[in-house]
Amino acid sequence: MDLSFSPEDLAFREEVRAFIRAELSVDVRTKMEAGIELTKDDYVGWQHKLNAKGWLAPSWPVKYGGTDWTVVAKHIYHEEMALGGAPRQMPFGVSMVAPVIIEFGSDEQRAYYLPRILNSDDWWCQGYSEPEAGSDLASLKTRADRDGDDYIINGQKTWITLAHFANMIFVLARTEQTAKKQDGISFILVDMTTPGVTVRPIVTIDGGKEINEVIFENVRVPVANRVGKEGEGWTYAKFLLEHERNGTAGVAGSFQLLARLRAVAGDQRVDGKTVLDDDRFAERAAQVEIELTALSYAQLRSLAAESSGRSPGPESSFIKITGTEIQQAITTLMMEASAYASLEPAQRSALAYFNTRKTSIYAGSNEIQRNIIAKRILGL
Amino acid sequence: MDFTLSTDQTLIKNSVDRFVADNYEQAQREKIVESPDGFSRKHWAQFAELGWLGIAFPEDRGGFGGSAVETMILAEAFGKGLVLEPFVPCVVLAGTALAYGATTQAHRDLLEAMIGGEKILSFAYAEERSRYDCGLVETQAHVEGSDLVISGKKLAVPFGAAADTYVVTVRTSGEKTDPDGVTVVLVERDAPGITRHDYRTVDDRRASTLIFENVRVPAANVLGEVGNGLPLVERTIDAGIGALAAEAVGNTSVLLRRTVEYLKTRKQFGVPIGTFQALQHRAVDMLIQVELARSITFYGTMALAQDVSAVERMRALSATKVQISRSGRIVGESAIQLHGGIGMSEEYSVGHFFKRISMIELELGDVDFHLRRYVALGRLPASAAAQGSTNGAVAHA
Repeated sequence: MDLSFSPEDLAFREEVRAFIRAELSVDVRTKMEAGIELTKDDYVGWQHKLNAKGWLAPSWPVKYGGTDWTVVAKHIYHEEMALGGAPRQMPFGVSMVAPVIIEFGSDEQRAYYLPRILNSDDWWCQGYSEPEAGSDLASLKTRADRDGDDYIINGQKTWITLAHFANMIFVLARTEQTAKKQDGISFILVDMTTPGVTVRPIVTIDGGKEINEVIFENVRVPVANRVGKEGEGWTYAKFLLEHERNGTAGVAGSFQLLARLRAVAGDQRVDGKTVLDDDRFAERAAQVEIELTALSYAQLRSLAAESSGRSPGPESSFIKITGTEIQQAITTLMMEASAYASLEPAQRSALAYFNTRKTSIYAGSNEIQRNIIAKRILGL
Repeated sequence: MDFTLSTDQTLIKNSVDRFVADNYEQAQREKIVESPDGFSRKHWAQFAELGWLGIAFPEDRGGFGGSAVETMILAEAFGKGLVLEPFVPCVVLAGTALAYGATTQAHRDLLEAMIGGEKILSFAYAEERSRYDCGLVETQAHVEGSDLVISGKKLAVPFGAAADTYVVTVRTSGEKTDPDGVTVVLVERDAPGITRHDYRTVDDRRASTLIFENVRVPAANVLGEVGNGLPLVERTIDAGIGALAAEAVGNTSVLLRRTVEYLKTRKQFGVPIGTFQALQHRAVDMLIQVELARSITFYGTMALAQDVSAVERMRALSATKVQISRSGRIVGESAIQLHGGIGMSEEYSVGHFFKRISMIELELGDVDFHLRRYVALGRLPASAAAQGSTNGAVAHA
């Protein structure tokens, strides 16, 4: 056991920092520091810079454009990106659909889609949840009926993050009506410019316009766009969700959020003292920081286990639960630190608090995660 | 960074796990609890023989070249078995003070005797009016010729009756809150002028209150420098926190395992109670806390094993103590609640683990104390933090 960073790790950390300093535009940096939503161009511009450096998809196999970085290097990379104020890396293409395509897709699919993800030719979104299939995802009703070499897709998907930026969506659809609801689901890649696809925004309680519903009305998709076997989509969906949960913990992002909290709290003054000087507030913030430190080591342990051959398993559920609770705790403190300034939308503190209520709901609610752990780890 | 154990570390882990399995069944432990010393000298000799009493000390300080990682491995296993032998107070606390404060051949000989199992040491820092703060020392020592003459009172000295020698913090100058003037000194148990009140603790260990009345010790018994002992005491306590954290990980992992086993076997309303979602979710929250405790223990252990500044080390160990204490309370209380009435029974094992984890929460500083220390250290100006030593600047902030 050696719990220290090697000289190579430390050098790599410097390299990542230097890259961010050199490449992150002042405009984007300013938006990130103020917590202002980025435009699609902001994201894509950053993705181009990462791709030029060969850093867009570090977790992919090298032959598809990934890296041979160690687990620790990947951890450092994500941590520094967050701490350095780089835009959040959109998971939908790089970390969600790509691992499924790499693991279960055809050679043609790999050859076509993976370079397009790296070049930001496609913006992906995730067609999982439906109005009647939330936590009980397997009860989804969207159907894909076979018609020659095509599927005809009908149904409604909801809570789709940044679907209005996207030109591609991966969809879980029922290709067979079976007795067991987990059977008969297929994983299908859909071009959103196909006739019959409609995107409608859903405004969230923080005023955000990030999420959407997507309606499919007789959308004709080639059968060749199915990933893997017909009816095996549930297996692929679960594979993807376990990858997603590790990402949704947002450990590195929470360290950045803590830095923002310190900035906000350090700016609020009473009688010449800041909120950070207030012991009670400082200790509550410290408690969150300590738990986040523990979680970051838990994530390292999980990544280390993964690198020794195991795929992220049920333990990613524990990391998702704790990571999202920490995000919520930080934005709660942010709102409290801001006092009356929270009332002003431009200040964004209360809005961040409202917004992060979603984190314990999405990617499988934290109660569902507890069910998963109870069943699969504790055997209850 | 590598979380896997080396071959040598795996051997230690296997042998300590075997020791606990062979010697710490509940009935076996009961006998040791009732024995005169409250621990087994036979076991202690075995620890010495296996090298466990010296493994964590660097070779240039008389040890066998390991680090806090070896301490973590041993203490976690001891936590799983509720092991009673005084590993933390003797080896980790007093041993650290001795290893890092030794200035004479006599000190080094004493460390060697401790590592060999011939001498038992303990650590006396707590006082009635200092709570957990090791910098608040009222036990006085003044110089008379070539001696120090000590008067004062120390609380909760672990295994005070069995220890041959105490590592004691005393004040040689300054006021109670003065960071300068703290001195660390070795005092023989049987030195004239010591009155001892021994008791059995609520978690079935032994402890003593020590009253010093003009206790005379040679000045050569001072570890480190006269009046500049606080950094040594802080290092000692941090090492102790690292070991307590690992003990807490062992303890809580057993509480979780026994609780889950119970949920699977106990039937009510015609079904195992583990089928109820309310109980499942509480068990999952226990698992989360065990994992957080384990993870922060790696962090604290790393800070001890690496050459980091004193401020960085103290902050890391305060974070560690806060997290394991919070986790320990959640796991302990949930274990009792999920067991129901049987959890309250003295005959059943879970209550004993609960009592120990509750005392770990207090030992060497509770959540409030360490949260304050963590915050205060974080507020130090960068220059002070970089200097490496706090000189007690924080203890009384």
